[in-house]
Amino acid sequence: MAVYRYPSPLGSEITSEGAYLNRRSLIAGALASIPLLHGVEASAETLKSKPGPFSTDETPTSFMDVTNYNNFYEFGSGKSDPASNSGDFRPEPWTLEVGGLVAKPKTFDLDELRGFDLEDRLYRMRCVEAWSMVIPWIGFPLSALLDQVEPLGSAKYVAFETVVRPEEMGGQRGLFQPLPWPYVEGLRLDEARHPLAILAVGLYGQTLPNQNGAPVRLVVPWKYGFKGIKSIVKMTLVEEQPVSSWERLQPSEYGFYANVNPAVDHPRWSQATEIRIGEGGFLSPGRRETLPFNGYAEQVASIYDGMDLAANY
Amino acid sequence: MIASRVWRSASVWLVYVVGFVPAAWYFYLGATGQIPGNAVKVFEHLLGVWALRFLLVTLAVTPIRDLFGINLIRYRRALGLLAFWYVVMHFSTYMILDQALNFQVIVNDIAKRPFITIGMASFALLIPLAITSNSWSIRKLGSRWNSLHKLSYVIILGGALHYLMAVRVITPEPAIYMAIAAVLVGYRLFFRSRVLAWRKQRRAVAMAR
Repeated sequence: MAVYRYPSPLGSEITSEGAYLNRRSLIAGALASIPLLHGVEASAETLKSKPGPFSTDETPTSFMDVTNYNNFYEFGSGKSDPASNSGDFRPEPWTLEVGGLVAKPKTFDLDELRGFDLEDRLYRMRCVEAWSMVIPWIGFPLSALLDQVEPLGSAKYVAFETVVRPEEMGGQRGLFQPLPWPYVEGLRLDEARHPLAILAVGLYGQTLPNQNGAPVRLVVPWKYGFKGIKSIVKMTLVEEQPVSSWERLQPSEYGFYANVNPAVDHPRWSQATEIRIGEGGFLSPGRRETLPFNGYAEQVASIYDGMDLAANY
Repeated sequence: MIASRVWRSASVWLVYVVGFVPAAWYFYLGATGQIPGNAVKVFEHLLGVWALRFLLVTLAVTPIRDLFGINLIRYRRALGLLAFWYVVMHFSTYMILDQALNFQVIVNDIAKRPFITIGMASFALLIPLAITSNSWSIRKLGSRWNSLHKLSYVIILGGALHYLMAVRVITPEPAIYMAIAAVLVGYRLFFRSRVLAWRKQRRAVAMAR
């Protein structure tokens, strides 16, 4: 009787562990080299990073979608505007001024920001408009930067500010100004110090494209995307809760916390489900249930213990 | 004579064919993965915007004739029906592709969210107009047809308001559509009778000479 023998592969055919672990960056590299994508700086540099904690095992959203479907009103209010209109933006040189209630105020330049221990963080990103992506960020914990400036005991919040450059950002000039500039955001200090909160300086293995908030932006994956303020020039440690841009514009629709919460609808649409960009096809897009805190409840829910999340949306 | 009649009827069909090009083109882009991001949402919004454009052009036919003497009346039915079919496609895209026929969500949206309620009401009002757009109905209804089809002014205001209320920030496009809708309604309500009286008087004076 014939006995079936399992084929045993040659040693040379087995994928090395290094290559296996590196598969995402190989995919990223391949995607990043697609020449069709517009608005992506030719000057994008490769960043060195090591694997970080909290990464999801979900499939990353394509580089094409991540860099061509954005909300960045400084470049226009359409989803394709940031990719189309951010070519004139100059993210280098750059400085990020950190001050307010701190013992050691400091202005960081780009080399210093990219000099932090950079980590890969594959995070879900849930937009307040009920769509989501999975994005391979490169960044460092915001807490690492805060440690350097030593917040005082009186500091309770961090206020963030985006650059104002009407000459480079078309959405900041002209008759119709959708938002008051600068775009401002804020976090409670314990939120800002949470290990999930990072300042991103890159995605898909390279420096941030302009439309994604070059050269440095906030990523707080348990909150709606608009909390992730882009192209940050200023951070101020303050005692009073700052008012963020969307909250000022329409307080009934956008709160200070903006934690992802399927139980609290946006007044004009449900937040119970979301479309995962790139999943399914055009005729059957991938709609899925939205998770509390965007699936990061295990890490962050405890910092909101006792808080009414429906009132503090 | 015959040639010009053939051209007239062919040109109406041309309006239909050209009118459906945007929908077909965006469907093609979406189906072949050439609309980045939330392609269904982008498609849905484009269909809605084109519905408004056709509705505005339909309602502009009468003032253009009154004020400039250019008669496009033979294209009006085609333009109005194009608007109707774009609304149908806009709503179907929302219902089938975007919400995957989850009727609980759809009914909830229509009942609870004012901009969707207004959009849906405008769509509902458009249905009898589309049904009575044929020549038989026009003959049969007589002057009542004219009264019924004045609903289009309510519909355009509802449609423009639906767009204005749907966006996160006011941008030029929805504001411009609302402004044009308001001008068309204002002309119909306050100025048209005066313009027609003035023209009639001028004709009478010309005749008397």
